[in-house]
Amino acid sequence: MTEQAYSKPIPVPQGESDYYWEKAKAHELWLRKCDNCNQAYFYPRDICPMCFSRNTSWIQASGKGTLHTFAIVHRAPTPAFRDDAPFVVAMVDLEEGPRMPTNLIDVEPDPAAIKVGMAVEVVFEDITDEITLPKFKPAAV
Amino acid sequence: MADLSKSVAIVGTAESDEIGLVPNKSALQHHAEAAHNALDDAGLTKDDVDGLFTAGFSTLATADYMGIQPKFTDSTSIGGSSFIVHIAHAMAAINAGYCEVALITHGQTGRSSRAPMPPDPNLPTLQYEFPYGFIGQPINYAMAATRYMHEYGEDRTRQALAEIAVSTRKWAMLNPKAMMRDEMTFDDYHDSRWIAWPFHLLDCCLVTDAGAAVVVTSAERAKSLKKKPVWVLGAAEGHDHLGISTMPDLTSTYSRETGPKALAMAGVTRSDIDLAMIYDSFTYTTLATLEGLGFCGRGEGPDFVAGQRTAPGGDFPVNTNGGGLSYTHPGMYGIFLIVEAVRQLRGECGDRQVPDCKINLTNGTGGALSSTGTVVLAID
Repeated sequence: MTEQAYSKPIPVPQGESDYYWEKAKAHELWLRKCDNCNQAYFYPRDICPMCFSRNTSWIQASGKGTLHTFAIVHRAPTPAFRDDAPFVVAMVDLEEGPRMPTNLIDVEPDPAAIKVGMAVEVVFEDITDEITLPKFKPAAV
Repeated sequence: MADLSKSVAIVGTAESDEIGLVPNKSALQHHAEAAHNALDDAGLTKDDVDGLFTAGFSTLATADYMGIQPKFTDSTSIGGSSFIVHIAHAMAAINAGYCEVALITHGQTGRSSRAPMPPDPNLPTLQYEFPYGFIGQPINYAMAATRYMHEYGEDRTRQALAEIAVSTRKWAMLNPKAMMRDEMTFDDYHDSRWIAWPFHLLDCCLVTDAGAAVVVTSAERAKSLKKKPVWVLGAAEGHDHLGISTMPDLTSTYSRETGPKALAMAGVTRSDIDLAMIYDSFTYTTLATLEGLGFCGRGEGPDFVAGQRTAPGGDFPVNTNGGGLSYTHPGMYGIFLIVEAVRQLRGECGDRQVPDCKINLTNGTGGALSSTGTVVLAID
């Protein structure tokens, strides 16, 4: 049986996000943090979008957070997502502060099973040899 | 800031020759047809145009296609609100002496394009949102609506979305140019298929082929033209994010800033507004924008739109052309709000005419609820 090529969009890392994607490949979630205003932020960029300081570093996230919002996609946005539908797009408020876009997986794609505010935790999906997507699932109780 | 209220007027506006499903016309053709029709409406010719504005395409393309060599050129492209923002930019340019006759054009073939434009992989949204399927506005706006339901109650939000879908269709039934003119019942709304929960099909705008154009000129020049000037009393613009995941507050659009600023510049209050034209990419956009503009408080939108208040015969008419939901929506719909506002103020709307319509507020929203442009328009 031949492996089917991954046909959904694959991120193209930029120089300033290479580290983020390298860490994701190692199944770790890392965030940019500003050492001037002391806030973590998403998405990764060298200059802090809050105080515009260049004094920024990387921190490892716990991978825990709460569900900020979600939607259940029934009509696939492109043919590549047809096999996935219905699937859950979501935003997660990470323990460290930032909100990040993701998918909620390992859950029934049913509004009765998904609640805004529910605890979630990161899981990693290797989509190619180079790229791994951080996704989230309901946190183990 | 200089007081530019009533310093310029909209003197011409029109759609392209055919809108809706138009399989054999290019997007630029819609621009040119609409420009032709809007200049006719104003009693001006192409040779009078010295300022050119568009979004999506660069003005390099629209100017080349129409054979215009503008002295002032502006391709500000911040989504569907762009064309509302162009009115403010035209006002600034005309008052500064950079141009006298500003032509704003739009044309898109969202339904029939033979070569859709691919998104730019260098954008952060492509890197961090697209891989998860945050592709296309129904999905983005649906996540905002879910958050609204969480904060203000799912059942009353659902009812509000239904009220907006049904009332907007009632207006479309009175507009011969609207694509969707069959009656929509509340059951039709609730029974329509899911696109991205919480959005049903009937929460979502159409995807059409269409163009429109608007001509803006100085107060002095406006007085000698074919039709009564529609004055620009106030205008404001801005944005607070790119992709939906960086929106600071999913239940508050930037209309919270542009609405009050445009009203203050106009020197009018919300109770003076005879007609609200509000970009309805989705039912939720109308709901959130009514609150942002301050017509009601946050979370009060469902009470505000209850009982078909925004429908024909209601005391707060909204989107009398039938909106993006039922009239037309080729991709970036904002300019069509202006087309309808101008026609209503001039009293040209026949069966759907709002009686004694003197002052309009128009709010465009662009991107993933990213940008807004508000104008207040009036007729003497």
